[in-house]
Amino acid sequence: MNRDLRRERDSASFNAELLTHILDGGAERTRRRKEIEALVLNDPDFQHEDLNFLSRSQRYEEAIRKSALMVVKLRNYGIADPDEIYWFKRCVHRGRPEPLDLHLGMFLPTLLTQATLEQQDRFFMPAWNLEIIGTYAQTEMGHGTHLRGLETTATYDPATQEFILNSPTVTSIKWWPGGLGKTSNHAIVLAQLYTQGQCKGLHAFIVPIRQLGTHEPLPGITVGDIGPKFGYDEMDNGYLKMDNFRIPRENMLMKYAKIEPDGTYVKPVSDKLTYGTMVFIRSIIVGDSARSLSRACTIAIRYSSVRHQSELKPGDPEPQILDYQTQQYKLFPLLATAYAFHFVGAYMKMTYHRITGDINEGDLSELPELHALTAGLKAFTSWTANAGIEECRMACGGHGYSRCSGLPDIYVTFTPSCTYEGENTVMMLQTARFLIKSYTQVSSGQLVSGMVSYLNDLSGQHIQPQQVAARPTTVHINDPASLVEAYKLRASRFVEVAAKNLQAELNRRKSQEDAWNRTSVDLVRASEAHCHYVVVKLFTTQLSEINDAAVHAVMNNLCLLYALYGISKHAGDFLQAGILTDAQVTQVYQRVKELLAAIRPNAVALVDAFDFHDNHLASVLGRYDGNIYENMFEWAKKSPLNKTEVHEAFHKHLKPMQAKL
Amino acid sequence: KGSPVQKSSGSRDVNPDLEAERQTASFSVESLTAILDGGADNTRTRRAVEAVIHSEPGFSRENQYFQSQNERYEAAVRRSVYLKEKMHQMGWTEDGPEIKYCYRTLGGDLAFNVHRVFKDSILALGTDEQIAKWIPLADKYHIIGTYAQTELGHGTFLRGLETTAIFDISTQEFTLNTPKISAMKWWPGDLGKSATHAVVFAQLYIKGKCYGLHAFILQIRSLRDHSPAPGVIVGDIGPKMNFEHIDNGYLMLQNINIPRENMLRRFSQVLPDGTYVKRGSDKINYLTMIVTRVHILWTEVIPMLLKACTIATRYSVVRRQSKLNPSDPEAKILDYQTQQQKLLPLLATAYAFHFMNAYVNEFYNKGYTEIKQENFDSLPELHALTAGIKAIITEYCTAGAEVCLRACGGHGYSALSGLPSLYTKLAASCTYEGENTVLFLQTARFLVKCLAAVHSGQPIPPSAAYLSSVDSGKCQARTKMDFLKPDIYAEAYRHRATRSVKSTTKLQALVQSGAEQHEAWNQCTVQLVQAAKAHCHYIVVKNFIDTVEKLRNEAEIQKIVKHLCDLFALHGIFSNTGDFLHAGYTSGDQMDMVTASYLDLLAVIRNDAVPLVDAFDFTDESLNSALGSYDGHVYQRLYEWAQKSPTNKQVSQAYARYLKPLFQSAVSKL
Repeated sequence: MNRDLRRERDSASFNAELLTHILDGGAERTRRRKEIEALVLNDPDFQHEDLNFLSRSQRYEEAIRKSALMVVKLRNYGIADPDEIYWFKRCVHRGRPEPLDLHLGMFLPTLLTQATLEQQDRFFMPAWNLEIIGTYAQTEMGHGTHLRGLETTATYDPATQEFILNSPTVTSIKWWPGGLGKTSNHAIVLAQLYTQGQCKGLHAFIVPIRQLGTHEPLPGITVGDIGPKFGYDEMDNGYLKMDNFRIPRENMLMKYAKIEPDGTYVKPVSDKLTYGTMVFIRSIIVGDSARSLSRACTIAIRYSSVRHQSELKPGDPEPQILDYQTQQYKLFPLLATAYAFHFVGAYMKMTYHRITGDINEGDLSELPELHALTAGLKAFTSWTANAGIEECRMACGGHGYSRCSGLPDIYVTFTPSCTYEGENTVMMLQTARFLIKSYTQVSSGQLVSGMVSYLNDLSGQHIQPQQVAARPTTVHINDPASLVEAYKLRASRFVEVAAKNLQAELNRRKSQEDAWNRTSVDLVRASEAHCHYVVVKLFTTQLSEINDAAVHAVMNNLCLLYALYGISKHAGDFLQAGILTDAQVTQVYQRVKELLAAIRPNAVALVDAFDFHDNHLASVLGRYDGNIYENMFEWAKKSPLNKTEVHEAFHKHLKPMQAKL
Repeated sequence: KGSPVQKSSGSRDVNPDLEAERQTASFSVESLTAILDGGADNTRTRRAVEAVIHSEPGFSRENQYFQSQNERYEAAVRRSVYLKEKMHQMGWTEDGPEIKYCYRTLGGDLAFNVHRVFKDSILALGTDEQIAKWIPLADKYHIIGTYAQTELGHGTFLRGLETTAIFDISTQEFTLNTPKISAMKWWPGDLGKSATHAVVFAQLYIKGKCYGLHAFILQIRSLRDHSPAPGVIVGDIGPKMNFEHIDNGYLMLQNINIPRENMLRRFSQVLPDGTYVKRGSDKINYLTMIVTRVHILWTEVIPMLLKACTIATRYSVVRRQSKLNPSDPEAKILDYQTQQQKLLPLLATAYAFHFMNAYVNEFYNKGYTEIKQENFDSLPELHALTAGIKAIITEYCTAGAEVCLRACGGHGYSALSGLPSLYTKLAASCTYEGENTVLFLQTARFLVKCLAAVHSGQPIPPSAAYLSSVDSGKCQARTKMDFLKPDIYAEAYRHRATRSVKSTTKLQALVQSGAEQHEAWNQCTVQLVQAAKAHCHYIVVKNFIDTVEKLRNEAEIQKIVKHLCDLFALHGIFSNTGDFLHAGYTSGDQMDMVTASYLDLLAVIRNDAVPLVDAFDFTDESLNSALGSYDGHVYQRLYEWAQKSPTNKQVSQAYARYLKPLFQSAVSKL
């Protein structure tokens, strides 16, 4: 092992393993996770060449080979617990997407929740056995966010008892669904249902798209891959165009809404479970934000303790770049953020499980709030992680730009989560809608509960900056609980500002929508402030659950850094609202720098605690043993350009040019 | 339901939503284009070059997004060779006006970019004799050169480079070696597969004594069959985030002997008896570095932000999503305030940076003249200014391109949007030609010195002269309209920069309280970087204001550019409220006025957004984006381009090879 890394590890003030247990949710879960990972890591079937040297088609092939194997092996091993499946899958695909993601994650679950028993008989077992591979085709070229605007039509023909599916415009072509381009032979298609001359809105249909056996597209179906993307090389995101394609009446998912043979439409009973599904998916994205940022931090922090550059003191050996304050300032707040987001993800998942327990007993009261508030957390964490991953990459200088660092791949794989499952700005505005609703409730004298209960403190009163400033300042910058209060005040102020500005716009103009649009910058700020408060609060709450004193001490520093760094970056908000004084803000700046120095000795142990296997990190710079330079050379030798000593371009272009000039 | 023109796939008339935006422009796009080009003559020359380039299929970048690393490299070499021939044929010279337009048109997708640096370094560091020997060969491409400085273990800290060149008196040769893995040359462009020669930087040793870094000309590949020279291990460093068309390379040297004459010796040489002689100042070297640093900003970096803005803005008026009013059709996404807030400040930034060109050039020309006369007084300022300006511009442009990418939603993530490739190219600029944090600290070091000069009453270089002016106390704005007065916001920026630079006096305080100088410096670096940023931000705002002033003969254009200037300045305040509120220069009420004026400006500039990006005048071929073309046929183009993807043309073996057999075995097992 590299000497620097060994020294860093030896001098840590706490036991990294204990922290790993906390992140995993207990020592027993860590053990089981490692056991499952070992099944994959020791399995020669899952070994392959470094993906960086493969073409997109090759990466797709490799992914599909592993996906198919994975399904078989999971069943052979009898692994059925969702978390365990997730660990297995994450290890097989090393945090990358795979072509069967939508089959396993959307097609099968949708059959379970929206298909009738008869439909399940027809489709579920074949799909479970992979004779049917399905995807979920919702997004169209012209519509993503605004679902009601989808243009695909399904027109019922009572004469033949069939639906006729059409993509009437270019913009109506289904575009983006994963696994659609090359892998799937069926799709659940969302289309506007027309019957008896009336549009009944969006409904889901099971549509066969490729011939079983030959895998050729069926007549009337145009299907293909949408081409290269920023990342997601292994995924065949696809397009689907349908021309008078007929499917039997029984292929509409009819657990809720129905079409009678004569074309009579039977309305659905309301389906509240979809809220639960969305909360669950968002908790996964928040967890993914944490994990992706953790991976990036692991690479950047290990590399920064192996890399030596320049001099701090003339004549001394070159220091580890992690000793530079500017490098610490780039990386440690991100490290703190990664931990914070882990706890947010865990909280969301736990809340989801608690509430879905309630759903079975019929208590749905918390679901709308949770749905509204997790929208913002999804956006808040994915935006922050997205920027943080790039910050980590740039902190690795030129070598971070090489694909051998693994960082470009983490970034391009993660960044679409700012868009999918709800575009982030749209998500923020959903949360804002709930905040404004709660504010209005409080203004009219009602109390609100849960994460927005701080709005009760406003109780119709208006926080004036002067009033707050006039109060004795009570924020203690070394007390996480006090900082939670500071964030709470900031959130209340922004909600109030947004609500008032919205009202002012309403007073000035007639339309609700127009006023909303003209206030949306304020509204997004309010949501961000709310989410920031929630994150600081959850991180602080987590501290009390850490029993080991050494781990507690280091996590307390990280929590403080997270909270104070956030204040320093948004100092204007705290100053303008009179939550902090000028002098306190200066203290915050100073305290942040002290915390950087305090965290420095534990930085490597803190990323070791994330416990990523080298195989999963897929980074030469982030290797556990720190032997970076020799392995960069080994890696580079495998570059496609190095297949021959003299490149073809020399014979084709260079030599003839030299002859001519 | 979809835009009607898209139904006729052959037609290429303009999308009506985009056309409508152009109808209502408040100014003449053509006039603004001429201003941006620095005169209508330049616009004509540029368009003539573009016409030549686009008429030649050899230059096509049409299928670039589908190509492998090998294909990209080969295509770049091919285009570069075509370009040499075309330039020869057209009579365009290496120092003529056309070459930068060629570069702009081809989006930099060319090989041999470092070949020029190879030549520049010989011209700067070589004797007349050396220049006479090497430059004609390089001009004719009989040799292709690279510039091998950075090593695996060292980039920023040049003195730490580990390659050695040991002089042997008995043979009159230098022996070059790569003593360890971390000493391998790593990253130089054109090194991996193209270059035959390299200017290599190595530590010079004579009789066991180290004389520091010197440059040597070295042949690395055979001129007959292009195979690596004996003792030379050379290759490509592997796939990167972008620049797949460049063969960034590694180079390992094992006892390579080169004649004494191959050391570049304008400023220092080794005599036959091993005597080391230094002559003249090599400070002019800094000038070369500064030239390169400045050159990349206007040839590579800023145009990429302009392109990203063009693509995102045009797409945002073609894309309709959701409704603003229930009875209306779906709204153009640019009509959403949140979308305006993402894109319009970037548009203002693009203009702000474009206009910095004249400012930096003026500084540079003045400095260059003085330095030629052996007067190096202006060098520190020129160096500090270009370092900070490079850092702030690359940082903002990179962040900006990413905002554009995400502002285009899912389609921005498609490589066919052109945005991923713009972003990843820009991302590299934050590191090359000086890592940004290191550069900001160089600017800060200069500012700290200027501040000391203020205190001791010595003269202050012009770009930092504001540090000596008196503190103006409080911001004078009374209404939100006041924040549309350049004097008001310029003063706010000046105040912020001054306060930020002055806060670095903590450095002296630490030293006085007993901390060692280097430790004190390290403890203040976060603050020093912030001071450098505040300084650069002020310079950009100030220059934007001056540019608006100079447009007084073009009333309509001055008006819209003034809006952009206001927006750039107010967005900067809005995004850094803490800096402006701290210490009480701006009050909370004034900050609310800033926000109000800033939001008002978004709505005003919204109306001219498309004409403002049209004025950049990029050809569709140059944009190479399915979302950003002039005609706005976004969806049709996405569909057509996707069908050309190799994944749709080639028969994938995945199904037959993996899926089918495995699924069958799954069926039998389950």
